[in-house]
Amino acid sequence: MKNFLKYREIWLLAGIAVLIGLISTRFPGFADPANLRQVFNDTSILMILALGQMVVILTRSIDLSMASNLCFTGMVVAMLNAAHPAIPIPVLIAIALFVGLVLGAINGFLVWRLNIPSIVVTLGTLTIYRGATFVVSGGAWVNADQMSPDFINFQRAAFLGLPVLSWIAIIVIALFFLVMTRTQIGRSIHAIGVNPTASVYAGIDVGRTKFIVFCISGMIGGLAGYLWISRYVIASVEVANGYELNIIAACVIGGISIAGGIGSVGGAVLGALFLGIISNALPVINISPFWQMAISGSAIILAVVLNARGERRQGRIILRKAEAA
Amino acid sequence: MSDTPHPRRIPDRLDKPLSSAIFSWEALLVVIAVLIFAVNSFASPYFLDPWSLSDLTFNFTEKGLIALAMALLIISGEIDLSVAAIVALASTMMGMAVQSGAGTPVLVAIGVVVGLGCGAFNGLLVTRLGLPSIVVTIGTMSLFRGIAFIILGDQAYKGYPESFAFFGQGYVWWVFSFELALFLVAALIYWFVLHRTSFGRKVFAIGNNPVACQFSGVRVGRIKFILFCLTGLMSGIASVLITSRLGSTRPSIAQGYELEAITMVVLGGVSILGGAGSILGVVLAAFIMGLVTFGLGLLNVPGIVMSIFIGLLLIIVIALPIVWRRLREGRFA
Repeated sequence: MKNFLKYREIWLLAGIAVLIGLISTRFPGFADPANLRQVFNDTSILMILALGQMVVILTRSIDLSMASNLCFTGMVVAMLNAAHPAIPIPVLIAIALFVGLVLGAINGFLVWRLNIPSIVVTLGTLTIYRGATFVVSGGAWVNADQMSPDFINFQRAAFLGLPVLSWIAIIVIALFFLVMTRTQIGRSIHAIGVNPTASVYAGIDVGRTKFIVFCISGMIGGLAGYLWISRYVIASVEVANGYELNIIAACVIGGISIAGGIGSVGGAVLGALFLGIISNALPVINISPFWQMAISGSAIILAVVLNARGERRQGRIILRKAEAA
Repeated sequence: MSDTPHPRRIPDRLDKPLSSAIFSWEALLVVIAVLIFAVNSFASPYFLDPWSLSDLTFNFTEKGLIALAMALLIISGEIDLSVAAIVALASTMMGMAVQSGAGTPVLVAIGVVVGLGCGAFNGLLVTRLGLPSIVVTIGTMSLFRGIAFIILGDQAYKGYPESFAFFGQGYVWWVFSFELALFLVAALIYWFVLHRTSFGRKVFAIGNNPVACQFSGVRVGRIKFILFCLTGLMSGIASVLITSRLGSTRPSIAQGYELEAITMVVLGGVSILGGAGSILGVVLAAFIMGLVTFGLGLLNVPGIVMSIFIGLLLIIVIALPIVWRRLREGRFA
C-alpha cells in the first residue's frame, strides 16, 4: 500500500476524482459517463501534444515550437484538402505526420549537430513556423465550406461508441506507453534526462536520441495539426497561438520534471485531463471562462510545489523498484 | 535551462560565451545592425527621416527595458516567462485606479509597485521553495494574466489623464523620446551594476556554479530574489510606458512580450544556460530587433512575416560562431 501511494499518477487520479466530485455538486450531470466521454474527446488533442512534449522534456530539452508546427501543418493539410478534395484522409494524415516530422527534424538537427540549447532553437522556430504559415497561406483562412465533408467528419465518426478522435488518442497513448516502458529508446530517453554524462559512458548517443525525440514531438505536432483543424474547422495563422505553454503546463501538472528524467505517460495524460476538465467544467457550473487562466495558473503552481520534494530525489527513478526490494 | 547542472567546460572568459577567437559577439552584432540599417535606408526613402527613426525606437524600448533585467536573471541561471503577464496585471491595476479618479503620480506608483510585487512573488516561490523558475513563471504567467482577465473581462479601460500620456508619447528633446531616454539610462545603470560591481560579479558566478557560490559565502537565494524583483520592477515600468502609449488597457496587452524579451537577451549573446553575457550585447540586440521590424514595416511586410526574420536571425546568429569554428577545425557535422 505504501509503495502504491508513492506513484504520482495515483495522487493525480485522486485529484481528478475530487475535482469531478466538486464539479458534480454544482452540476450533477458532469460525472455522467456520456459527459466524461465528451470531456475525454475534448482533451484528446492536448493529451497527444503533452505526450510529444513529455519525451522532449524527459531528455532535459523543451519544444516551444509545437503549437506553431501544429498551425503550419494544419494549414498545409487544410489547403491541400481545399485544393484537391479527392485526396483520401489517411493520405492527408500521412502528409501531416511527414510535414510535422520535417519541422521537428529541423529542431532536432540544430540541437544535435550545432549544440544550440533547445529553448533557443525552438524559440526561433516558434516564430519561423508561424510566419511560414502566413507565407504559405498568404494570410487567407481556410473555412469550413472549403473543406471536404470527409476531412471534417473523419474524426467525428463513432467507432465502438467512441469518436475516432478519442481512438486516435488512445492509440497514441498506448504507443507511447509501449515505447517508454518496453523499448531501448524509451529507456535511453529516461537515462539521458537522469544523467547525460553517465548515459554517454553507458553507450547512449545523447545527441542522436535528442534528435529522435524532436522528430517524435514534430510528428505529434503534425498529427495534432490535422486533428485541430478538422475539429475546429478553421485554419488561420492564429490557430493555437500561445498553446505551447498549455502543453508544457499539462506536462508540469502531470509531474514531469522540467529538469528531465522524471515523468510517465500516465502523468502526461492525467495532467492534460486535469486542464481539460477545468476548461470543460467552468461554463457548465456558471463560472465565467475568464477565470480559466487564473485557475490553471494556480493549479500549475500548486502542482510544482507538491512535486518539489520528488524532484530532489533526482536520478533515482530507474532504480526505485530495485531499491525498494 | 535553469537549475539543470550542465556538465560544461569552464569558459575562458566569464563574459564571452560562444565567441570564437576571431570576433567578439558585440562586434558581430554591430556589423549586423549596420548592414540592416544600410539595407533599410536603400530599401525605403522614408527610413532616414529623423521622425521615422524616432518612431523606430518605440519598437523596442519597452521590451528592451524588460530584456535588461531579464539578461541578469538569465545570466544567473534563471528565467522569467511571466513578464508580459506582469505588464498586463500592472496595466489592469492602473486602469482600475483611473476609474476611481487617480492622478498620474499615483498611476505610475501603482504600475511600478504591482510589477515589483509580482516579481517578488516569483522570487519567493523560486528561492524559498527551491522550484525551477521556468515552471514557476509559466504558472504565474497564467495566474497574473488570469487575474487581469477576471478583472477586465472583455472590456477595456480608457480615460487615462492627459499628463499620463507623456511617458509613452512624450519627447525630452526634439525627436528624442522619453522612452528612448529612459531605456538608455536604464541600460547604463544595468551595465554598471553587472560589469562594475561585486553584485554583478556574483550574478555571473551564480550562473556558472551556484553550489560553489553558496560555499564561498555568496547569498545565492537573496541575489536571485533581488533579480526577480528587478525583472518585475522593469516589467512594471514597461507597463506604465505601454499603457501610456496606447492610452488603454486590454487583457491581451503585451501578449508575446516574454518571448521577444528573451529573444533579445539570447541574441545579445547571453548564454541561456547562465554564467555569460553582456549588457552591451543586449542593447545592440534590442536595436537590431527594432531595426528589422521597422524596416520590414516600411516595406509593407506583414508583422507575422517579420517574425520569420527575427526567428532566423536568432538561430543564424547563434549558429554562426559554432559553424565557423567547426569549419576552421575542418570537422563540420
